[in-house]
Amino acid sequence: MHWVNAATMLVMITSGWGIYDDDVIIRGFHFSSFWRLGDWAAWSLNWHFAGMWVLVINGLAYLIYGLATGRLRERLLPIRMSDLIRTVVDTLHLKIAHEDITVYNAVQKLLYIGVILAAIAQVVTGLAIWKPVQFSGLVSLLGGFQTARVLHFVGMAAIVGFVIVHVALALLVPKTLWAMLSGGPCLAVRGEGSEGQLQQGHPT
Amino acid sequence: MRSPFRPGVVPDAAILDDHRSLVRSLERRGLIRGGLSLGALVMLTGCDVKRPEAVESALLAISRLNDGVQALLFDPDKLAPTYPASMILRPPKFNAYYDVTKVKPVDGASWRLELSGRIADKRPWTVSQLNALPQTSMVIKHICVEGWSYIGGWTGPQLRTFLEHVGADLRARYVAFKTADQYPSSIDMATALHPQTLLATQYGGDTLAAPFGYPARLRTATKLGYKNPKWITAIEVTNTYPGGFWEEKGFSWFAGI
Repeated sequence: MHWVNAATMLVMITSGWGIYDDDVIIRGFHFSSFWRLGDWAAWSLNWHFAGMWVLVINGLAYLIYGLATGRLRERLLPIRMSDLIRTVVDTLHLKIAHEDITVYNAVQKLLYIGVILAAIAQVVTGLAIWKPVQFSGLVSLLGGFQTARVLHFVGMAAIVGFVIVHVALALLVPKTLWAMLSGGPCLAVRGEGSEGQLQQGHPT
Repeated sequence: MRSPFRPGVVPDAAILDDHRSLVRSLERRGLIRGGLSLGALVMLTGCDVKRPEAVESALLAISRLNDGVQALLFDPDKLAPTYPASMILRPPKFNAYYDVTKVKPVDGASWRLELSGRIADKRPWTVSQLNALPQTSMVIKHICVEGWSYIGGWTGPQLRTFLEHVGADLRARYVAFKTADQYPSSIDMATALHPQTLLATQYGGDTLAAPFGYPARLRTATKLGYKNPKWITAIEVTNTYPGGFWEEKGFSWFAGI
């Protein structure tokens, strides 16, 4: 699900940049053709409206699976302020290696929840600007068509910001990459130099 | 609920000790490989190669499927939001596949609206005949596929009234338009019968100015801007898919909003 989502997000973001370029929101700010999917707006739109199905179906499957199995709650909650502060302090001391990659730290939890909400918001604002007459109530709730369009752009920027941090950190902690490619660890690795105590990966 | 993908029995953690160095090297290799494929993936999005035919036809097939979904989402009773006349933009925004200086004005006196296809009375129409039909006014938002929008005020007979008047087959699938600027277009019958679909002859209470489609143009509140052909010269009611100017170049045909 993660890699389907990663590929789809790449399609949605780069084709979105192609659509954006037809009528820019920030004057003078364009995406060069290198960054655009689709050689002009018609094909960027076709990519965008094809990708949306994969994004929504994969996203729904992820959320339903995550909620039904309790995986989302188990992995992403609770977020404690003390954990948050400790993670930030650790990171500032460049201690970013995860001893157990199956347990997310507080900052990770916050960012993962944030990006899930941003993706949901993108679907909502996307629906509003795709069908502003059929969903005119939603559009006025969002503050009008042009505001909804800007919100859709801001949502994209938030997701892109997340992706940059997410990929950079995953590359810094290569253990996680291997785990993702191989399907994830089902068992915690013994902490190095520790008293040999096994860490329980999942409180199942 | 326990994840169905999680194995019931996990191997002893000690086995990892035997392979620790191997796992280490795999991690490093995986990092390099991951970095390379990520780079390759980024390159792919910006590749200069023209769209391969297989990709193009797949995207077009999905676009046609989306046309069907859009038709399902279209509610014939749902009215587009309307605005006070004070918000009308004057003059309206000009947009075509050519520059405004290239507009060739149409002579209203000699203009005739030709009719063809599944229509009982195919006699051509004049401007004064159109003006004699009951008139409807609406102040609606024009939304372009590019993303810009403006509020405009349009007056003219409802397309439904016109189609009923000439005895068109209202169960046919398409209403197609030909224009003086070689901009063929077509819409679905459900949209043609929508109360906010006009054969507009006036803007903001005045006769349409030459660049905006004088003497008659389509103005539908439930479709994107490019589905509103100007300087209409012929209307056909048909069951054969007629396509359109931008549709031939890859844009969605239904283009509902």
